[in-house]
Parts: sequence; structure tokens; C-alpha cells
Amino acid sequence: MFAEFGYGILVVSFIVAFYSLIAAVYGALRKSAAMVESSRRGMFLVFPLLSLSAAALVYLLITNHFEVAFVYEVTSRSMPTYLKVTAWWGGQAGSLLFWAWLLAAFTSAVTLRKWERDIEFLPWVIVVNAVTIIFFLGMVVFYENPFTRFWLVAGNVEPHMFAPLAATLFTPQDGNGLNPLLRHPGMVIHPPMLYLGFVSYVIPYAFAMAALITGRTDDRWIRLTRRWSLWAWLFLSFGLVLGGRWAYDVLGWGGYWGWDPVEIAAFMPWLTGTAFLHSVMIQEKRGLFKHWNMILVILTYALVVFGTFLTRSGVLSSVHAFANSPIGPFFMGYTALTLFVSIALLIWRWPLLHGETEMKSMLSREALFLLNNLLFMSVLIVSFWGVIFPLVSELFTGQKVTVGPPFYERATAPLFAGLMLLMGIAPLSAWGHSTIKTLGRAMWKSALAAAILTVVLFFTYTQNYIALIGFFLIALVLFVTFQEFGRAARARQRAQGENFFTALARLMGRNRRRYGGYIIHISMMLMAIGILGIEIFQKETQGSLAQGEQMELAGYTIEYRELASWPDEGKGVNFTRAVVDVYEDGIYLGELTPRIDYYFDSQQNMTIPGNRSTLKDDLYVLLVDWQPVSSMGATFKVFVNPLVNWLWIGSLLFLAGIIFTAWPDHDPAEEPLRAPQSTNQPSAAD
Amino acid sequence: MQRSKFFLGGALILAAVVYLIFSSTQASAEYFMTVNEVKAEGAAVVGKSLRLSGAVLGDTIQYDSQTLTLTFDVAHVSGDNAEIEAQGGLAEVLYQAVNDPSLQRVSVQYVGAKPDLLRGEAQAIMTGKLGEDGVFYADELLLKCPTKYEEAVPEQVSAQ
Repeated sequence: MFAEFGYGILVVSFIVAFYSLIAAVYGALRKSAAMVESSRRGMFLVFPLLSLSAAALVYLLITNHFEVAFVYEVTSRSMPTYLKVTAWWGGQAGSLLFWAWLLAAFTSAVTLRKWERDIEFLPWVIVVNAVTIIFFLGMVVFYENPFTRFWLVAGNVEPHMFAPLAATLFTPQDGNGLNPLLRHPGMVIHPPMLYLGFVSYVIPYAFAMAALITGRTDDRWIRLTRRWSLWAWLFLSFGLVLGGRWAYDVLGWGGYWGWDPVEIAAFMPWLTGTAFLHSVMIQEKRGLFKHWNMILVILTYALVVFGTFLTRSGVLSSVHAFANSPIGPFFMGYTALTLFVSIALLIWRWPLLHGETEMKSMLSREALFLLNNLLFMSVLIVSFWGVIFPLVSELFTGQKVTVGPPFYERATAPLFAGLMLLMGIAPLSAWGHSTIKTLGRAMWKSALAAAILTVVLFFTYTQNYIALIGFFLIALVLFVTFQEFGRAARARQRAQGENFFTALARLMGRNRRRYGGYIIHISMMLMAIGILGIEIFQKETQGSLAQGEQMELAGYTIEYRELASWPDEGKGVNFTRAVVDVYEDGIYLGELTPRIDYYFDSQQNMTIPGNRSTLKDDLYVLLVDWQPVSSMGATFKVFVNPLVNWLWIGSLLFLAGIIFTAWPDHDPAEEPLRAPQSTNQPSAAD
Repeated sequence: MQRSKFFLGGALILAAVVYLIFSSTQASAEYFMTVNEVKAEGAAVVGKSLRLSGAVLGDTIQYDSQTLTLTFDVAHVSGDNAEIEAQGGLAEVLYQAVNDPSLQRVSVQYVGAKPDLLRGEAQAIMTGKLGEDGVFYADELLLKCPTKYEEAVPEQVSAQ
């Protein structure tokens, strides 16, 4: 009943979206405002319709309707209700519906905005959104239907949407259940965050295409979608960070990022999105980089679709073997087609997008932003090369060769260092023209302080030269950024007669994009401290201990106290929990309780670390194995991850920084247009 | 003058990226191999960085928790996705591989925690080197168990 209803509504949504597409194209070409209005209303309707369909699916999920194949695949009786709801995006068919539903929500929101000044964009924005929704709904309706049910046909169980001849419905006793590794709060919100990020990028792309088609290629499309791209960036970043935290908490290998192709698939649109965020500022201030911004937004959209294709399967350890499914070729085809059409449009409108001025100085802010973009693109190229290298090598040499994390670390480290250096220089450079002299005058104090700090670190903390370069750059960026805050606040303090903190707060409030950006830079540096710490200074050891025995690592002593193992039938899990006492230099710090949870239905273990986290380092203890009867011995693996907490602290500040920057205020059209030709110091207005 | 400076700068960056990619690829390339290929190449690939994939034989899994040494055997599975699909999908191919004694097998040794997903009929994807003794010494071990989560049709079928 609910399955037929859900599927029926899906088909109706598909038809409505298709109608809107046709009506929008017709309305735009024939200049028929009534048709465009009709398509706008149709598009608005898709979201409530899909919500009904989604509600039917969620109802089936939480009420154990295992005759529905998707419900059978992703839920089981022992799962709590909230996990059954989130199982919606725990499998492929459901996650495609989820994607389409989110995009429909955003599309509805877009259709509701005031269109008076941008009415020529409306039909084409609808077209892009409708095409994307139709593609995803098409996948769901024709190939990956979440409402397919099991039917008993002549003694065999077969999945079909509608009853075959002489078939009866087949309802399994219990479902497969969600992979236990995914039953984690971080994993519950990680996919929706990534998807929100992916989907939000469709909107800037839609406006860009509308600008190309209508020939209205001024900055309007950028100004209209600036906040969309910021929110998209926020969600995508948050999704990536959550994924890292989840890996750290659940996967039990003491790391947070493994350069897995699926991770890279989510990372690549983030790279182009970040480059886009920077380069649109140049177009707004200087009227440069117009072609480039189009290319970036097109690339981001293509990478979003490609990323969905790679990440949708959600199979964790499937590093190189993605689940083969009939929709793979469609995704590749769709990505290729949209890339082709977008680039054709761009070439057609190329002459309209010439820069309004020329870049004059290699050290001007726009030149440094260009360099920033080139570096982001370089990281993208490295990442893309790593993902496709096995295919390329097989094609040309017949031998499949792959590259692992060392490749990415080696090739991207200098690029990231370059980006950090730019973060230290660019805020001090001026639009139009800067020289070594002006930059040097603005920078020397910070550079000197960073150098002194690096020397101190050399004598007190580490002689590792990569770490020292990293710490120098981090310190440089932090000092420069703080100096910028201080300089501008003091200037305002003098001019307005406010106290320092009022001046600082008002200054930041007046120019949230600039100072929000600086907060994000600071947070990036905190994250960099954590990454340097865990990448360069991580220590590990392992061993088997009898009760009361100790083992040492990096100043810490852990003593194995006891172990207990008990089943929880209700949850379908057997818990095994060890208790270890932790000492540092003979002082008792507390106990840690690493665990192994064994899930009966999936016959799978989940290793939960005991983690003691401080600003200095994390002591991360894993229970590896135990001998229950004879000796009560247990085997532990212990990591000391210096400074890694800064990664998470930086992540939180990072999110705060984006929210600060992206929080809606007035209509973006009121903001000042081009910056003056040359200013020696960045003015407060930019 | 200005223009040429920018082009020069761009060319330098491009050259740097090409160099980074090229040298890093050289330094960290791992050769994908199947069990059959490793057996056929033998001594020729001893000491090279390899990425080997195979079907885990459940009976051979041994773990010494004193030394954290894990050993098991893997049976040959094809490295070609299309071929795996043609033979009925990964789960079917792994099942066949484990139950076919005529297939080539390689012993694997890995030191570290026993992975949660390790069991018979899992696909092991291992990075490491082949020793002169014919044992594959893995530094990294990834596992894929397709049977449980991609099962389209319930197991109860056979009982009907």
C-alpha cells in the first residue's frame, strides 16, 4: 500500500519536473511569462510531492516492512528507530531519492525568491535544476527503485515493483541491518552534510548557466549565488570533517584521512569550491577572471555529480572495487554530457566575458589570488591523477598500477605549504599594485616573530625540518592575521573613539566576509597544527599484557586492570570491554575503556578506542584481542597522537567562521562595486 | 613584459606540478597483481611494492596475539571487474574461489591488529612485498565482504 503510494508519487514528481522543464524552455524561447510562471509553480510542487514519497519510505523503514527490498537491505528489527530513519540514506536507492529530495527543497526555495530584477534568469535556472532532478529521479524510478518488493514466483523470491502473475508477497523475518560501522552519530549526519554541500552547488551552477544562456554575463549571477556557494562550502566542509572524526572514533586505525578514492571524490568539489570562493572576489572587485569563474563552477558541478556516483555506495573497505550497478554508465554519461553542454555554452559566450582591466603587478592581491587558484587546481590535478592512475596505467602499459597515501602526501605537501605562505602574504597585499617593499614593510614583524618561534621550537620540541617549515608557516599566518585584526581595530578605535574590543567587534560586523575569511584562515592553521602533529609525530606500539602488567609509550604507562564480556540480546551485540589505568611519569591520570563490539546479525566486530584527549596529545588505546579463560591476557595497540586535538578545535572554529561569513543580512546588490585602481593599504571596505 | 612574466610564472608552476606528480608516482607506485600473476612472476617481483587481491580462506586464518602476527591464505580471484561480473558477481566469485582447490594460493603474513572484517570468503586487498620464501608480507590489509550487504534476495529463499 505505502510502497505503491510512494512509487506512484515518485512517478508523478518525475512527470511534473519534466513538464516544468518543457514549460520553462518554451516560455523562455517564446517569451511567454505565463508559461514560465507555470513552470515555476510546477517546480515548486516537486518538493512537497517528493516529501510525501520520502515519508512513505521512512514509514516503511521504521515499521519493519521487510517485504520491501530496500528496507530489508538496510534495516533490522534490533535497530533503534532513529537509525531506521537514517537508513534512508544508508543504501543506494534511498540515497538517490534523498539527493533528489534535497535538491527539490533548494529548488523550491529558489523559485520563491523575488525575481523582478532577474526574471530573465528564472526559466534557465529552472531548466538546470529540473534536468538535474529528472536525472536523479529517473535513476530512482527506472533503475534503483527503493520501493521494489519481494515476490514469491513459483518457489523463487524475486524483486519486482508490481506483482508478477500468480505471485504472492514475500516478507522475510528480519532485515540485513545497517552495517554496524555506520551506526554512529557522526555517520548519521555525515552523508546528509556531504549531500547538502553537493546539492547546494547545483544552484550557483544553475545561475551561471542562466547567465551564459541569456548573455547577461555581468557579476549578477555571482552576487546572487554568493551565499549559496558559502553555505554549500560550509556543508561540504562539515561533511568532510565529520567523516574524519568518525574514522578517528570508529575505524580504529588512529587516523582520520586515508586518501581513499571515495574520500577524494568528496574532496575534489571542495577544492574547486574553495578556489571559486576566492576567485569570485576578484571578479567582484576587479572585473577579472570571468572565464575562470565559469570554468570553476562548471567543474564543481561535474565533480559533485561524479562524487555522488563514487560515494553513494557507502561501502567502506571497498577501496578499489566499487559496487557495480547499472547506474554507473548513466552517471558517467550524464557527467560527460553536462560538461560538454556547459563548455559549449561557455565557448559561445567567451567574447562577452573578457576582463575589464589587466593584471599589472605580480604581487597585487589579484595576482596572489590567481596563484591561490592555481595551487588549488594543482591539488585537484594531483588528486584526480591519483584516482585515475590505475586506469591510465592499465590502458598504456597493460599493467594496473596504483598509488597510495604516500603519493598524495608527497605531491600535495609542497602545494599546501604554498597555500599557507599565500595566506600569510595575500591579506597584506593591495588591489592593483604591491611591491616587495610595501609587502616587506607590512610583513617583517610577523615574519621575524615566526622565525624566532621556529628557532625556539628547534631547540625545545623537534628537529624535523618538515615540521619546522610547517610550524614557521603556521606561525607566520597566525601573526599576520592577528596583526591585521589589531591594525584595523586600532585604526577604528582612533577614528571612532571606541574602546578596542567594541572597535574590533563593529569592524568585524561591518565586513564579515573579510574578517570571517580571516577567522577561517586562523582555523585552517589550527587544523594544520593537528595534521602536522599526527602525521609527523605519531607514535605507536602494541603488545599482549597479563592482568596487572604495564606497557609504555612516549612517557605514558598503561596498566591492564580487567576485562569483561557480556551480550546484549536486545541490541544484538556482544560487548567486550577492557579497563586500563593510565599513568604519566608515575602520576595516575585515570582509566580508559577500549571496547570490541561484536554484532551477531552481521558477524562483524567494531573496535572502539579508549581515547584520552588533551591539547598536548591524544592517548588512543585499542583492544585488539583477548584470552578469556586461561590467563585473562589481552592485547592492546596504543597510539600517541601529538597535537591532534587542534584539528578538531580548528574544525569547530572553521565552521563558526563560515557561519559568521555566510549569515544572511542585506541584499547583496547594495554592496560597493569595483575597488579603486590601487590602494597601498587594503581599505576597510574590501 | 608583464604578460610574459605571468606566463613564465604559470609555466613554472605547471612544471613544478608535473614534477611533483611524476616523482611521487615513481616513488609510491604499487603494482596490482592477482595471485596467478604473482605465482607466474615468482622471483621477478620479490621486493617490489605490490597490491595483491585474493579470496580469504577461512580455515587458514591464524592469529598470534603475543606477536600480533596474522597469517592466512588467499585464493586467486580475477582482477578484472567485468570478468567478475560475468561470473556472477563478487560474492559468487569469492565463494567459488574458496571452494576450488585447483586455484593458485598464496600465504599472507601481516603484523598488527586483526581487522574486524577478516573472515572466510572476504576479499583481501593487501599492499606489501613478496618474500623470497613465497610468503606475501603485507603492510596494509583492506577487506571487502560483499555477501552480507549487497544481497538482493533474502537467504530464506532456500528454505522455501
